[in-house]
Amino acid sequence: MKKTFKLEDLDCANCAQKMEGAVKKLDGVHDASVSFLMQKMTIDADDARFDDIMKQVVKCCKRVEPDCRIVLK
Amino acid sequence: MTRKEKKALARILIAGALLIAASLAPLEGLWKLLAFLVPYVIVGWDVLWKAVRNIAHGQVFDENFLMALATVGALALGEYAEAVGVMLFYQVGELFQSHAVGQSRKSIAQLMDIRPDSATVLRDGEPVETDPDEVAVGEQILVRPGEKVPLDGVVVSGASTLNTAALTGESVPRTVAQGDEIVSGCVNLTGVLTVQVTKPFGESTVSKILELVENAASKKAAAENFITRFARVYTPAVVLGAVCLAVLPPLFMGGWATWVHRALIFLVISCPCALVISIPLAFFGGIGGASRRGILVKGGNYLERLAKVETVVFDKTGTLTQGVFEVASLHPAQGVTEGSLLECAALAEAYSNHPIAQSLRRAYGRDVDESRVTDVKEIAGRGVTAVIDGQSVAAGNEKLMADMGVKAASGSETGTVVYVARGGKYLGRVLIADRVKDSAPAAIRELKARGIKTVMLTGDAKAVGQAVGNALGLDEVHAELLPGDKVEHVEQLLAKKSPKAALAYVGDGVNDAPVLSRADVGVAMGAMGSDAALEAADVVLMDDDLGKLAAAMDVARKCSRIVTENIAFALGVKALFLVLGAFGLASMWEAVFADVGVAVIAILNAGRMLRGK
Repeated sequence: MKKTFKLEDLDCANCAQKMEGAVKKLDGVHDASVSFLMQKMTIDADDARFDDIMKQVVKCCKRVEPDCRIVLK
Repeated sequence: MTRKEKKALARILIAGALLIAASLAPLEGLWKLLAFLVPYVIVGWDVLWKAVRNIAHGQVFDENFLMALATVGALALGEYAEAVGVMLFYQVGELFQSHAVGQSRKSIAQLMDIRPDSATVLRDGEPVETDPDEVAVGEQILVRPGEKVPLDGVVVSGASTLNTAALTGESVPRTVAQGDEIVSGCVNLTGVLTVQVTKPFGESTVSKILELVENAASKKAAAENFITRFARVYTPAVVLGAVCLAVLPPLFMGGWATWVHRALIFLVISCPCALVISIPLAFFGGIGGASRRGILVKGGNYLERLAKVETVVFDKTGTLTQGVFEVASLHPAQGVTEGSLLECAALAEAYSNHPIAQSLRRAYGRDVDESRVTDVKEIAGRGVTAVIDGQSVAAGNEKLMADMGVKAASGSETGTVVYVARGGKYLGRVLIADRVKDSAPAAIRELKARGIKTVMLTGDAKAVGQAVGNALGLDEVHAELLPGDKVEHVEQLLAKKSPKAALAYVGDGVNDAPVLSRADVGVAMGAMGSDAALEAADVVLMDDDLGKLAAAMDVARKCSRIVTENIAFALGVKALFLVLGAFGLASMWEAVFADVGVAVIAILNAGRMLRGK
């Protein structure tokens, strides 16, 4: 399943790259991309565990860039 | 300016004033340090805080950490003014960066402003305002003047003109009336329309376009991938360089303070931000700018390849030509008028649904009085015979004329020829041809002016293909090809081109999907409303205007030039300052310019993609 999330307070392009790299490495994530310009993160992950994986993603992003918040709809 | 930016500006101004005051005050020792620490903390506390926090999270090569290390190092060396100044400059740069990126984001948002906010749906005869997502297929919606068409549909009643500029870049409004299909994203200009919805919002044109443009950012160009890889290596490498510079030379010749100071300069230059922001921004601006002109590019990689296109291969029917048969010319025999020749042909073909018959009736223009026509016989591979007003008429090819024993005059025209005979007497011939698009000649000229080789592939007869090729001045024409042959020909051309150049294939996207995907860049035309074309191609021209092709290439080339400029400029300046810093010729002030100044200039340069033509 592919889903897009809005990112708040993503202030640095390099951090966006780092977030993307870190999220891609998570278990169950097929693909991820962070667009610094659109302030959006697109995640393609296992359907069954999606919510679980999202928790991991949020945790992971918090570590890489604590200022940035993922808006979970 | 946002509130955040205003706050940052206030901090910078206060710290700046305090820095000047501290420099002028006749203080010594600890008091002097304290006087400089006040502005330092005011302007840099967040950087210091983030540096500490990120280290705790295991982020070592973080720009905050590097800036903190560089300035704390300068304070330790007693370079108080320099430490505060560098932090101050860094924050000014960040402010500029955030403002410039914010502006770019705003112009991108404007480009993407085709999403309708609401739809007025008619339920039980009453207009109800609702989310476009909640309108079902088959429901009727009301579109008032000034509103965006929210969903794709068919006009049930009303007539109006539509502004399609947001979708096609075409500024001439399109007239629509009952029975016409309309696509979402257009702006209704004059009259109220009632529209029967044919597609749910998620599958409507406007959703597809937005999705496509937003997804475009994830298909990264080679230049973007290069920068990502480079950024990963660059920072650790420069930091390592700084460590070496601080430790190795003083071991042999002493002077620790000097070398540590030079190493700190390295740290200031070690952030790759200028590149990491400005390269994707240029591609994004390029994709956004192109979409405003009715050219959808599905990714930065395609934009990059489009800039390198050296050969453009065209499909003939529907791409260079209109794909509709039309009567091109009438050649009546002596003593016969053009009108009676055409009337006779149209009447004979009154019952046929063949495209050629349809073109004859269209050219005739009036309603065909079928009561005048009897005994119609279609003869496969020959044509048709009928009795019109009591006289036998034959309309068909040369073989039919030979069968009838009629001597027909032949011409040198290319196209499909219909010969007409009445009562055994030759009336003349009608030339039917697929017309070259009005925009084609200029488009081909523009491509040639850019040094691009043009090739046409067609399944049609050699003579027909050659005639179109000559009329347009194409470099190569390959005719009588089966769909499979087209792929083969494109592969041959791919093998022949120079390795760094690219080949674009332009088709209508309907039945040439394999060729579109085989080419470096597949371009589909006239895609408004055609899902097949949107799916298959890498670049989609929203309307039938071939002139967009050259425009798309100009956008791509400009984008690629800006990207090259930014990479060369940013790397050049950084390399220069690393060398100057190592030899003690650059101060930390200059290093900070090399870092943030370059970032701002690169962002402004990339921002050119978002503006104007």
